[in-house]
This record gives sequence, structure tokens and C-alpha cells, in this order.
Amino acid sequence: MKARVLVTLKSAVLDPQGKAIEGALRSLGVPGVASVRQGKVFDVELDGGDSAKAEATLKEACEKLLANTVIETYRIEFVG
Amino acid sequence: MKAAVLLFPGSNREGDVARALKHVTGVEPAIVWHAETALPAGTDLVVLPGGFSYGDYLRCGAIAARAAIMEAVRAHAARGGLVLGICNGFQILCESGLLPGVLVRNARLRFICREALLKVERIDTPFTRRYAKGAVVRFPVAHGEGNYTADAETLARLEGEGRVAFRYVMADGKRDDTQVLNGAANSIAGILSEKLNVLGLMPHPENHVDPLVGPTDGRALFESIAGMLEKA
Repeated sequence: MKARVLVTLKSAVLDPQGKAIEGALRSLGVPGVASVRQGKVFDVELDGGDSAKAEATLKEACEKLLANTVIETYRIEFVG
Repeated sequence: MKAAVLLFPGSNREGDVARALKHVTGVEPAIVWHAETALPAGTDLVVLPGGFSYGDYLRCGAIAARAAIMEAVRAHAARGGLVLGICNGFQILCESGLLPGVLVRNARLRFICREALLKVERIDTPFTRRYAKGAVVRFPVAHGEGNYTADAETLARLEGEGRVAFRYVMADGKRDDTQVLNGAANSIAGILSEKLNVLGLMPHPENHVDPLVGPTDGRALFESIAGMLEKA
């Protein structure tokens, strides 16, 4: 089973990297970019096919390591 | 006094802090590998040195914070044992939950390597008792992620409980939260745990202990710890 975990900064947290990318896009003349926030993507392959169990495993992975919930939130998506 | 300096893959200041401890207190600390599950018997002080543990992968200090030895450090801190985290060590302490908040990218995205002016906010702690009240000291900083961040509630609690140990200040000795070198909330350079036995700070007191290489403002921090433990 394959899953994708998306970790992003909470909206209240300043994202200087996103801001720099936003500025770079603007200076490149890419039109219509209102704002950019940078995040992380983890593609995880899981043993077994039980999706409830997989979700619990990924949740544990996020809480314990993948995300720092002081500043970040996470989203779990199953792919394919 | 028995001290242990932890060593993670990618730590690179363990030698400097060990030398500073030896230089100031006369006692050579043990170097403890991260995969160990126990600290040497009778350890009074645990130091988490600076560096780039695990190459700063994922988040600074995130992987080191989950190392086997950290369970022993947690137990040591819970018993009231002293823990000092410098730079990457501070990041590890925040990631492990031993200190609140988190250190994120410097506000202006630059790695900052220079001397910083710091105000010693209180001198009734195990780490600062040899400083003069209200002292302003010079420690070097060298970090890309030293921008201390926490939610408003946590900041209010830290301030209310007087748990800010060191604050960045301007040349006049006053803080200016709009001009902090790395963008840290409330100009915070270092914070203490609730029981004041865990200190994390971004600047490097271990760099300034020997007159041969410059100022010696860091000495009093190590003298404070040693004096505290002698008394105990």
C-alpha cells in the first residue's frame, strides 16, 4: 500500500523560504502568484493492505517524527 | 562533578565543549555515543553539543531527539539532573520536548556566524549564578536555524515564569525585538525548563573560555555549573 504524507507549516507560522520563492517567481515574471508556502512530501510504502491500520501507523509516524506539531500540520493521502 | 557530552552522527562541537569543561572545571567529561541506553553512573551534567546531527535532515535536531540515549537524558532531567544544550543541542532539546517551542530558519534566511551580545536575564539558576546581575555578555553564534518560535501561550508562560535565560540585545544593552539577528521571538537566545535544570541556548559559551583566543564571557557559565555541583 502506498501513501503520501504532506507536512506544511501552520498558517500562523512565518515561512521565510516560501516568501523567498514567492519573490523569485515574481521577479521571473510568472504571473498571478498570490503567495507560496513551502512544505514537505513523504511517499511511504506500507506492509499489508489494511487501510485503517495503515492510517494509524502513518499518524503515529507523523506525531512521533515526520511533523513537529508545534509549527506544522500533516495530511495523509492514500495513492493508487 | 561528572559530566557527559553526547555524540550524535554529525555533532561537531563535542571536542570544544569537552575542552571548555576541562579548562574551566578541571574535569574531563565522558563522551557518550547516541546509541547508548544509559549515562555513565553518577553523571551530574549532560551536554548536547553543537553541530549538524544527522545533517539537519527532516528538521534540525529531529532525528537526534529520538536517539536511544535521549530516554536516559529525559530520566536524568526528570530527576533534576542538569542538562545543557548548545546550538544544535538546543534544537535537539526542543525537538525532544525537554524544552518548549522550536528553532526555525533565521528570518533573513542567512547562516549567521558572528559574535552576539546577550543579556543574562537571571542569575539564580544553576547555569548563571556566577554572572553579575543584569550582565551583558558576548558569545559567538553560528547557526542557520536559530529563530526561536513558540505559540503565544507558550511565550507568555516562559515570560511569566521567568524562564528566558539569555536574550539578544543591541549595543546599548537593550532588546529590540524588531532587529533580532535571527528573528527570534521576544529576542530569546536561551530558555530554561520549568525546574531550571535544563538550559538550551543558540550561542556558544564554550568558544569564549580561554583568553588565548579572545573574550572569556563563557567561563562563568561552566563555573556556575561546577560550583553548583560542588555545593550539592
